[in-house]
Amino acid sequence: MIEILQEKIRQAAERRAPLCLRGGGSKDFYGNAPRGEVLDTRGYAGIVAYEPTELVVTARCGTSLVELENALRENNQMLPFEPPHFGPAATLGGCVAAGLSGPRRASAGALRDFLLGAKLVDGRGNLLAFGGQVMKNVAGYDVSRLLAGSLGTLGLIAEASIKVLPRPPAEATLRLRMTEERALEALNQWAGEPLPVSATAWHDGDLSVRLSGAENALRAVARKLGGDDLPDAQAAGFWQGLREHADPFFAGAEPLWRIAVPPAAPALRVPGRQLIEWSGGLRWLKSDAAAEVVREAARRARGHATLFRAERRAGEAFSPLDPVAMRLHRSLKAAFDPAGILNPGRLYAEL
Amino acid sequence: MGAALPARQREVAAALRAFLPARAVLFEEEDTRPYECDGLTAYRQLPMVVALPETEEQVRRILEVCSAMKVPVVPRGAGTGLSGGALPPGDGVLLSMAKFMRVLRVDPRNRVAVVQPGVRNAAISDVAAPFSLYYAPDPSSQIACTIGGNVSENSGGVHCLKYGLTVHNVLRVRGYTAAGEPLELGSEAPDAAGYDLLALAIGSEGMLLVVTEVTVKLLPKPQSARVIMASFADVERAGQAVADIIAAGIIPAGLEMMDRPATRAVEQFVGAGYDLDAAAILLCESDGTPEEVEDEIARMKAVLERSGATRMTVSRDEPERLRFWSGRKAAFPAMGRISPDYYCMDGTIPRKRLGEVLTFIGAMEKKYGLRCPNVFHAGDGNLHPLILFDANDADQLHRTEAFAAEVLEKCIAVGGTITGEHGVGVEKISQMCAQFGAGELELFQAVKRAFDPAALLNPGKAVPTLAHCGEYRSLRAGGRPAHSDLPRF
Repeated sequence: MIEILQEKIRQAAERRAPLCLRGGGSKDFYGNAPRGEVLDTRGYAGIVAYEPTELVVTARCGTSLVELENALRENNQMLPFEPPHFGPAATLGGCVAAGLSGPRRASAGALRDFLLGAKLVDGRGNLLAFGGQVMKNVAGYDVSRLLAGSLGTLGLIAEASIKVLPRPPAEATLRLRMTEERALEALNQWAGEPLPVSATAWHDGDLSVRLSGAENALRAVARKLGGDDLPDAQAAGFWQGLREHADPFFAGAEPLWRIAVPPAAPALRVPGRQLIEWSGGLRWLKSDAAAEVVREAARRARGHATLFRAERRAGEAFSPLDPVAMRLHRSLKAAFDPAGILNPGRLYAEL
Repeated sequence: MGAALPARQREVAAALRAFLPARAVLFEEEDTRPYECDGLTAYRQLPMVVALPETEEQVRRILEVCSAMKVPVVPRGAGTGLSGGALPPGDGVLLSMAKFMRVLRVDPRNRVAVVQPGVRNAAISDVAAPFSLYYAPDPSSQIACTIGGNVSENSGGVHCLKYGLTVHNVLRVRGYTAAGEPLELGSEAPDAAGYDLLALAIGSEGMLLVVTEVTVKLLPKPQSARVIMASFADVERAGQAVADIIAAGIIPAGLEMMDRPATRAVEQFVGAGYDLDAAAILLCESDGTPEEVEDEIARMKAVLERSGATRMTVSRDEPERLRFWSGRKAAFPAMGRISPDYYCMDGTIPRKRLGEVLTFIGAMEKKYGLRCPNVFHAGDGNLHPLILFDANDADQLHRTEAFAAEVLEKCIAVGGTITGEHGVGVEKISQMCAQFGAGELELFQAVKRAFDPAALLNPGKAVPTLAHCGEYRSLRAGGRPAHSDLPRF
């Protein structure tokens, strides 16, 4: 099956015909608009290796993310970065290519932090393997991590090995009433203390804080932080809604911006509604404001803004790169995909 | 080699002295001698010129001048690297970043520190300490090694399983390409736009850029930490205990193993209080709130007991905890006391293959007639077998190299890697041919060309040419070396 994908890429390279690498299509909305003939990766699926005591799972790109997470749950383990699925069809390949992490990112780390190895089919149709299944590996450049968030522009991510972690023994969610300023203050104060905070979200005066860890430790910390305990089912629904953008905040026709800033950056003054995650490091913005206004606000806060979802797109989805970085991007793209056929333009118009 | 190039040497030194003070450009042998090797002392080479810049602008100009004159440049931090990554170029400039020693900013609100590359690893935690923060990666050489070197090698330490390597704890670097163009990779904001060039730069062994500034993540210092020292009657049982702890859903802050030859060598050196009757000891650390630690220590003790631990001691206070760790951290210098030289390997394997690999190492000890104590980052499968030898005996050196090559290839065969945290450098460049195929090596070279088309930054390290691999394979097969005069990438 992988040979078929390799052959299709080889032929497309010969014809210089753009390909749109696609799993379940759950993230078609993300990045610049997809174009080219669809190359469906879902036929190349399945968990290749999973031994819970090695803390690593290796699976093919077409593997359903739901199926993968279920296999981990059966062994009381998880993908620590809580990747959003954005639909039941999400695949592991798309998950790695998008590089997105969910609510646990600020405490556990991002998808790229857990990516130990990958096999990819480059733009010539060659199957190449980088990294591996072990925790530490510094042989050769870290090409696997480079693939996280590359949106399929460097190659078809055929297989990925991901570090997994045990599920926390217990979780509790607190809800406190706070202004945005006070919440940013408190979140960054707590993040500097050794507290088992595993996710945070502030919106419209409500600050939700999820704690993960040993039961007795959670009780002690919950007393210290104060606020109301959210019942478990309600809490699970809330974090799931946040991760999958099913929360009512994400409804509405205005474009959704994802603004990443240093976590203690002050409240952003931009028109629209905001929801703050990752102890202040991620500011979701629903706003009709012009792209330049949003990007300028992000830049002033030493961050960057992505046009995450929009019904009509104009301009780039991602923040512009400086000229030296863009030249490196072009050289790398040419090294991996000399014919420029893999998801062209999806990350940046000129890649 | 430096002496063979006096004209070139004078020319390059003069070009650098045009904008650097005389004391920052060294070329007399007595001045350049201290730079002839890094922590891997078996490989030595006098650099043609040593440059000691103090400002980013000086670094930029050095790179510009060297690029124009086609002079190779090798960056160097404290020179503690164990793979010869900072082995100087005989026909080039050794770029010492030792004077970049300033901490530029500690920002407790955002939990970051911005430091120059010559700042020592341990010094970062020192400046963060007043805010109850620290920098997590802790290579054993942390009192001497610099953050710039850590970035180049993607250094680890004894707490990686829970807290990650350098790549997980550095948010941003600033530096210059080989041609002297400014570059900023990553950012203090999460998930910087574009390809993750920061991940590519970290662990690139000084081949892609020269780093002049590093932003590291600071973590809140755990309120408390305790370590269990557990004894086992055989090494395999200790290995199984490691798997059992992880199967129980515990990620210890540190999980280290030492075999008896290692504990015996260390004990006479530091007196850590290790059980010398045990065939192997495990050090299992828990950190967090006092409640978390109490809970986790109890769970780990129960697992270790079931897994056959013959003795367990839990550190009662901080001095005792540090004493238990002191032996592990002093393992390499301790070998230097019982043997004229030691050669440290760095292979990483899937944990479940530990017994098999240790048995293999035992067989190699007999085959080559050399002793090889083992210390092991058991939690993440990273082995540090230490071959004891005398470098003055050419035959012993030869046997050591052959011993090491067999062990590294065994690590690959069981699904592991030749290096977990020390880097490839010059040392393991041949084994790269065993770990990667031609397609991967060609792509690595293309990555290198994207950053450094003229191949002037740290040439000949980390990534072998296909010609070198051909030569190596025919040598291993017992054939005649071919193309032995071809330059390496």
